[in-house]
This record gives sequence, structure tokens and C-alpha cells, in this order.
Amino acid sequence: MIDALQYEFMRNALYAGMLASVACGIIGVYVVVNRIVFISGGIAHASFGGIGLGYLAGFSPVLGAMVFTLASALGMGLITKKTKLPEDTAIGILWAMGMALGIIFIGLAPGYAPDLFSYLFGNILTVPFSDLILMIILDFIIAAIVIALYKEFLALSFDEEFGTVVGIPVERLYLILLCMIALTVVVLIRVVGIILVIALLTIPATMARQFTHDLRKMMLLAILFGAFFTFGGLWLSYEFDLASGATIILFSGTVLLLTLGLSRLRGNRHKRWDIASSEAE
Amino acid sequence: MAHEEVVTLDDIWVHYNSTPILEGISLSIEQNDFLGIIGPNGGGKTTLLKVILGLITPSHGRVLVLGKTPQSSRGSIGYVPQHNLFDRNFPISVWDVALMGRYSRAGLFRRYSSDDRTAALNALQAVGMLDHKNHQMGKLSGGEQQRVLIARALVSEPKLLLLDEPTASVDSTMQTEFYELLDRLKHRMAIVLVSHDISAVSVYVDKIACLNRQLFHHGSPEIEAEVLEATYKCPVQMIAHGTVPHRVLKEH
Repeated sequence: MIDALQYEFMRNALYAGMLASVACGIIGVYVVVNRIVFISGGIAHASFGGIGLGYLAGFSPVLGAMVFTLASALGMGLITKKTKLPEDTAIGILWAMGMALGIIFIGLAPGYAPDLFSYLFGNILTVPFSDLILMIILDFIIAAIVIALYKEFLALSFDEEFGTVVGIPVERLYLILLCMIALTVVVLIRVVGIILVIALLTIPATMARQFTHDLRKMMLLAILFGAFFTFGGLWLSYEFDLASGATIILFSGTVLLLTLGLSRLRGNRHKRWDIASSEAE
Repeated sequence: MAHEEVVTLDDIWVHYNSTPILEGISLSIEQNDFLGIIGPNGGGKTTLLKVILGLITPSHGRVLVLGKTPQSSRGSIGYVPQHNLFDRNFPISVWDVALMGRYSRAGLFRRYSSDDRTAALNALQAVGMLDHKNHQMGKLSGGEQQRVLIARALVSEPKLLLLDEPTASVDSTMQTEFYELLDRLKHRMAIVLVSHDISAVSVYVDKIACLNRQLFHHGSPEIEAEVLEATYKCPVQMIAHGTVPHRVLKEH
């Protein structure tokens, strides 16, 4: 692995893994504690429409994905808050419509769509330098918003109704949170692809939750776990010549399941462990 | 001190999908009132609290809180929601929950000040939860969580305290302690307590309102059996009060 670092694509892959860990560590914590995994999945899949539009209109598919994730985030947020349509119904509809649009756009685009597969399932080894710059900018935006509005997002996540009562603009902040999920999806597309994004949004945060009940520490831990998972997965995919995105997901999922299983065993012996005990209440 | 009206409700109607939840509620709550609102489940008690908080806009009628709209008076309202509504697994400490109550003072983008921290310390002290300030909220017992939620409502030094079923998950020894805490607070603010537990409430409150879509009684805590029957739409055993000490004659 060390000798592989002489290649630029390998160094870029490590940078991309690190940048992806920052976004998915911070935002993944909100996704997990607010239980908005499904809406995040919807935003991620709807981005396929933007990727197709990029191919058709001849601009960067990642930029197209950004426009589509932001639009679908706002769309899902507004539909669920302003109409009587049940939330999961609205998400399911926009999820499928985004993907359908992508397929139509790609069909209309002349010729063959190169590296379409890498947008769907990720390929951390082909991240170009320009995308690294975009990832740095998006990480910076996400971190700045979360630092500025930390106490608002904490209150909103814990008790939305009380947040309203003490004067927090909860609806607007919820939309901002969904937009940050959208940006995180864009950061993660190159690494694991739109179909696998949901795993990196949930697994590092769920790992971190086992060790702390402080949201800030949970975010820092989730970033570290995210980096560990992407580097570990990248190494495994390099050693065994496997698809990088899928290997990262399977590696992190396996580690999570192992730790959950271990803690359950320990919990049975000591009768005290976070997840097991509080779920039983 | 002049008796200032803290809450004025004038002919409030609330509909949910064209089914009336509240029908023509008129009610006035004055400074230092300790009002208990009782009534059956689904009788609109929580809805009435949410109207006062401005979370629900009535389809008809006028709401004034401290002479202004509920929205513009929110900084002066302390609210204790039903505590079983939040996620018990949520990663948050007692301290962060208490500080949340100071949000209306701190405002968007601003950090909590040292005044906010002092107020949170004092509020946790007042409810006897200061020792638990670094504990995870979800790890506490129901009664302890309830006290933290009361502290959160008190840190903003409200003029009106609204409590929704505060004793639902509190055992009976804790209940006495809890009502004694409210008894100390009532000199500093108006308190409105919603409960379906008639006997406990009627011992401590100064005024009582019976609510089942309509307001059946409002005034002193001595309630006639007929009023209770009208509220609950079924025969209810009599509740009576002596002078000091208050005593419940029959168990409900």
C-alpha cells in the first residue's frame, strides 16, 4: 500500500477519503439522530437526474448532481412540511422521479455514457483534482454552517416543538439541514456512488454513538471512523483487486456489525450497555 | 399588585379536518393563578395548551398572552411538554437540555452567555438535578427527566408556565415533591397544568377547568359531580375539598 502512494491517483484517493469522512461524519450524525435516513437516500438517488443532465448538456455530472440534490432536498422538505402528503410517500415519489429523469437524459445524450458506473457505485481511484477542490469547498461550507448553528440544530433535533416555542426558525433550519445532506451526497458521490452513499452517512455515526452521548464528540469520532473505513476499504480493494466503493461499504458494515455484536455480548455479562439497555426501555 | 391578565382566550374554536376539537373556549388566566385543566383523553387539553403557545392557530377566536400574540410572548412562556415524546436514545446531556430553555434570550448564531449558564445552573439546582448535569438525558428515570424538563422551562424566567401531563410517569412519592415544587413557583408566575388525574390536581391547584371540547367549569376546585359527569360523559365519583389541609374524600 505504501509503495502505491507514489501514484497520484492513489494520493488523490486518500485525500478524497479524508474529505468524504469530514462531510459524512458531521452530517451523518444529524441523519442518524434525526432518523432521516430515508430522506437522505431519496436525495442521493434523485441526484441521478442531475448526472444524466450533465451528460446530455455537456457539463460536469457532479455539478448537475449538486443542482438536483439541492432541488430534491428543498422539494422533499417543503412537500412534507407544507402538504398533507405523508413524508415517506413524498420521498419515494421524488426518489424514483429523479432516477427516471436521469435515465431519460442519458438515453437522449449522444453516444455512450463513460464512467456512468462510477457515479452509481463510486470509484475513489478516479477522483480528479478538480473534484477534490469542490469537496474541500463543500466540507468548508458544511463545517461553517454547523459551527454557526450548532445549538439550533441540537435543539431542533432533540425537540422540534420546544424549539419552535423558544423561537427557533425550525422549518427553515430543517431545510438547511436537508441542503447540507444534499451537499454531503455530492461530496460522497465520487467515493462510494449515489447508491451506496446512505451507508457512509449512517455507519460512522452509528459507530460513534456507541462511545459518547455528546453530539460534538460524536461528530469527531464519526469523522475518524469514516477515515478508518475509507482507508481500510481502499487498502482491501487495492490488495484484492475489488471495486473500491463496494469494498469500503462492506468493510465498514462488517466492522459495525462486529462491534454491535461484541457490545451485546459484553452487555449481557455486565447488564449495562448503551444501545441494548436503552432500547429495552 | 394589580391582577394582570396573563392569558386571555376569547371564544376559541379549533377544528381538525372539520371535526371540532375545541368549541367556544373563553378563559382568562391571571398573574399568580395556579390552574389545573382536567378532562378525558382526547378532550382537547393539549390542543388548548398549544393554542396558548401559538403552535396551533384557532379557526376562530382571539388569543392574547401578556397582552400580545402568543408568538411574540414566547420568550415569557415556559413549556413542559409530555416527556415521553422525545427519543430516549438521543445523545444529549442534562446540561444541554437545560440550556436550550435560554434560546429565546441567546438568539440565532449567538453562544450561550455566562448569564445563560448561571440561569441553567440555578434552574437545575431548584429542581434538584444539578448533580446529574453531565448525565445523558435518556439514562435518567421518568421523574428525573421530568424535573430536567421543568428546569428547561424555568431557565428563561417565564411569567407563564405550561405543563402537559407532568405527573404521568412520576411515582406517587415523587408527585408530592413535584407539587411542592410548583407550590413554591406559583408566587413567581402563573401556572397551567394539564392532567387527566383529577384527584391529584384538585388538591394542589387554586382553580380548575374541566375540558371536553367545551369548557364545563372554571373556577374554584370544588367541583360538582354533575359537572364532572358532563365533562367525562360518564358517572364520576365525587371530589371534595376541605379547608386546610385539602383532602380528597374518595379515590377516583
